[in-house]
Amino acid sequence: MDSTVTTATEENVWGGGNRPLGASYGKLMMWFFLVSDALTFSGFLAAYGFSRFKFIETWPIADEVFTHVPFFHGNYPMYYVAFMTFILIMSSVTMVLAVDAGHKLKKNAVIWYMFLTIIGGAIFVGSQAWEWATFISGDHGAVETRGGRILQFVKADTGERAALADFAKTIPGERTEHERKNGIWFFNEGYVPSYSLEEVVEGFKANPNVLIRTETINDDHQKIVLSRDESLAKLKNATQVVEGANLIHNEYGSRLFADFFFFITGFHGFHVFSGVVINIIIFFNVILGTYERRGHYEMVEKVGLYWHFVDLVWVFVFTFFYLV
Amino acid sequence: MSATAHEQVEDHGHHHKETFVTKYIFSQDHKMISKQYLITGLIMGVIGIAMSLLFRMQLAWPGESFPVFEALLGKWAPDGVMDADVYLALVTIHGTLMVFFVLTQGLSGTFSNLLIPLQIGARDMASGFLNMLSYWMFFISSVIMILSLFLEAGPAAAGWTVYPPLSALPMAQPGSGLGMTLWLVSMTIFIASSLLGSLNYIVTVLNLRTKGMSMTRLPLTIWAFFVTAIIGVISFPVLLSAGLLLLMDRSFGTSFFLSDIFIQGEVLHYQGGSPVLYEHLFWFLGHPEVYIVILPAMGIVSEVMAVNARKPIFGYRAMIASILAIAFLSTIVWGHHMFISGMNPFLGSVFTFTTLLIAIPSAVKAFNWITTLWKGNLQLNPGMLFSIGMVSTFISGGLTGIILGDSTLDINVHDTYFVVAHFHLVMGISALYGMFAGIYHWFPKMFHGRMMSKNLGYVHFWITAVGSYGIFFPMHFVGMAGVPRRYYENTNFPMFDDLTDIQVLMTVFALITAGAQLIFAYNFISSIFYGKRGVQNPWKANTLEWTTPLEPIHGNWHGEIPHVHRWAYDYSKVDEKGEYIIPGQDFIPQTVPLLDDEEELQH
Repeated sequence: MDSTVTTATEENVWGGGNRPLGASYGKLMMWFFLVSDALTFSGFLAAYGFSRFKFIETWPIADEVFTHVPFFHGNYPMYYVAFMTFILIMSSVTMVLAVDAGHKLKKNAVIWYMFLTIIGGAIFVGSQAWEWATFISGDHGAVETRGGRILQFVKADTGERAALADFAKTIPGERTEHERKNGIWFFNEGYVPSYSLEEVVEGFKANPNVLIRTETINDDHQKIVLSRDESLAKLKNATQVVEGANLIHNEYGSRLFADFFFFITGFHGFHVFSGVVINIIIFFNVILGTYERRGHYEMVEKVGLYWHFVDLVWVFVFTFFYLV
Repeated sequence: MSATAHEQVEDHGHHHKETFVTKYIFSQDHKMISKQYLITGLIMGVIGIAMSLLFRMQLAWPGESFPVFEALLGKWAPDGVMDADVYLALVTIHGTLMVFFVLTQGLSGTFSNLLIPLQIGARDMASGFLNMLSYWMFFISSVIMILSLFLEAGPAAAGWTVYPPLSALPMAQPGSGLGMTLWLVSMTIFIASSLLGSLNYIVTVLNLRTKGMSMTRLPLTIWAFFVTAIIGVISFPVLLSAGLLLLMDRSFGTSFFLSDIFIQGEVLHYQGGSPVLYEHLFWFLGHPEVYIVILPAMGIVSEVMAVNARKPIFGYRAMIASILAIAFLSTIVWGHHMFISGMNPFLGSVFTFTTLLIAIPSAVKAFNWITTLWKGNLQLNPGMLFSIGMVSTFISGGLTGIILGDSTLDINVHDTYFVVAHFHLVMGISALYGMFAGIYHWFPKMFHGRMMSKNLGYVHFWITAVGSYGIFFPMHFVGMAGVPRRYYENTNFPMFDDLTDIQVLMTVFALITAGAQLIFAYNFISSIFYGKRGVQNPWKANTLEWTTPLEPIHGNWHGEIPHVHRWAYDYSKVDEKGEYIIPGQDFIPQTVPLLDDEEELQH
């Protein structure tokens, strides 16, 4: 950089080659690609922050949303996502070990560590899929009001959440399903919730132990629970039953929560998935001895950079989506 | 590791058998790719400018019937009268084509590819394959954008900024259907193309400079391309974020940018989103984007001007510093596009402050160009004329930027033709002048040493210079009178009746100026085939590209890559006695070692 000083001695003259950063062009490209990708994620996270701040008083509390662990029943807030995060971070550790083994040209060690990295990535993607499935199928169920707000139910005596199944009445009724073969015209029927709105409302009226919980958060960071009278009044605004979450309805609260959840974890999951695929390609190249013949394992280093980046992004997603 | 990278680079020197396909179509040679970018960019430019003529005619003679409308627009111009929907579509696609396809990839893609390897002394780009991929993705995105013109419901018509909810709801206007989807798809591919190109430019500048070519000996062109690529890498991904979220809103029912919408008597389900969020994301790209457009032009102008003034560029380091300052500031000023969006007024004053800061590096550049010209031995060939023209339009367009950057003043003229006049002069015309300067100057390097006709160049320049001021200078007054931009016709506002003559004047200037571009097109095409063969270094320039053989070869130099011993601007350098360092020659190429009694200037 400072080679314009008048004394043209050897050490002051730019010598060409991989300076000033001392890295090959491929590695630099990966770094700059990651800068770019980091900004895409920053765009999403900034948008998330913008929207969440707008609804800071009604935003769902993550501890109450992500409470499930596969094969276990009960309330385990954040346990499973903490496990996923741990797995992903460990896969970054094995990736570091693979890169290190590559520097020492230990082919077998690279193979093993790459294998462990791939397994870690696969577990993460699988867990993500399970997390999505759980989120989509829903938990306790809720009703949506005319204004698009979500009303959830709690038991008055214990303060625990009440599922729709706990109190909804079964009102026998007949539904004829029209199909193309037996009707002149028909509407394609969308998803039908387990209980109709009428069943939920009747069940609520019949069961004095159930109260309504609104989206609003009070000063103690708890959702506000209405009294029995307020609850009954509020329920008159209900327009439909919501179970689970999709891009339009969300039983956990603000629909933007679900929108951003699906979009950001989906975009990140897509990155992890591509990372696993790339890792598998590199893994086979290592087995085939491509890099052994080339004399260096720089490709492992490059995918390693990508993998650490994906991991780092998850740390931010985890922090902003689940922890704060 | 470093050894391997070098071997690959050395490999470019060897000749391998080339077929027509590998030489002209799927070429990995940076010179061929640069020509592909140039030709594609120019074709997109022809389409974009032609569109502007059509809507300019509508503005001058609203509701009038023209056979040309019927011929070109078909069912969108019943009886030759332009339809309002197609007016919006034309404005939208004109903006998109000119900003992204002509002045981003057409300008940056052409000259970064041509000049980076040639001026830093490299055999080729770091990755020829990614470079080829970058061009072909650009080509595909161009094709998709052009295809969208032929849709039943027409192309995107929500303005080049595609603000939701207009762009997000297919029922909002015809262009928000498939046309908008194709627009988003095309832009997504464009962003990927731009990313691949930028990665290549950055890494090539960092890693492949020849011996002696330190960062402070780089020609200013390279500095400009380098920094342009960096802001591209930083800002385009945010547009990608905005585009993907918009795509979700359009196609999958999310509510990121939409809330509480009633349309055609129906309440839509969207809830909670914010269109202002889209504006933030868009303008985080959108503002750096205007510097992506103008910085390469600035670099080209600096180089062409120093060569043709036969003087070192004034304030070389200040020029670099101002490029860096502009690049940095460009990322923190986006809010000045949103002063009337409902954004917090306090935030508006913060953005006013950062925006006005940009005047400092811009003024440094303008004064440095003027002082470079001062007492120079000016060689007024077409490249030089366009460079001087660029300084003129940059200043006259930039001054109105001070007004628009100040939120209190901006509110009065926001979304009027004042804004249109401002950005067309400061980034549209200026960047086009930079592009023309570059084409006239480096044409011999692209086409086997052939030169473009000087006389046709003069005609082209003078008509363009007078004509473009003729279009955009009166536009300021139209804007100050309050005429809003993007309106199909203003006949319903009696207060604008007095301005019809000015509208006609601007349109006549536009038609004449666009006609003058045909002279350029003729000059360009005929010179490719019949241009006079020049000498190896026709402009007597110092930079490395003029040391390559007239007949371009893959790998650029026969034998060794030349080493560099001095900066790029040793023009008219004299010793203590006032004699040229090399007798009878007012320039010292970068490859000439420092002479024994010569003192290297502190620049």
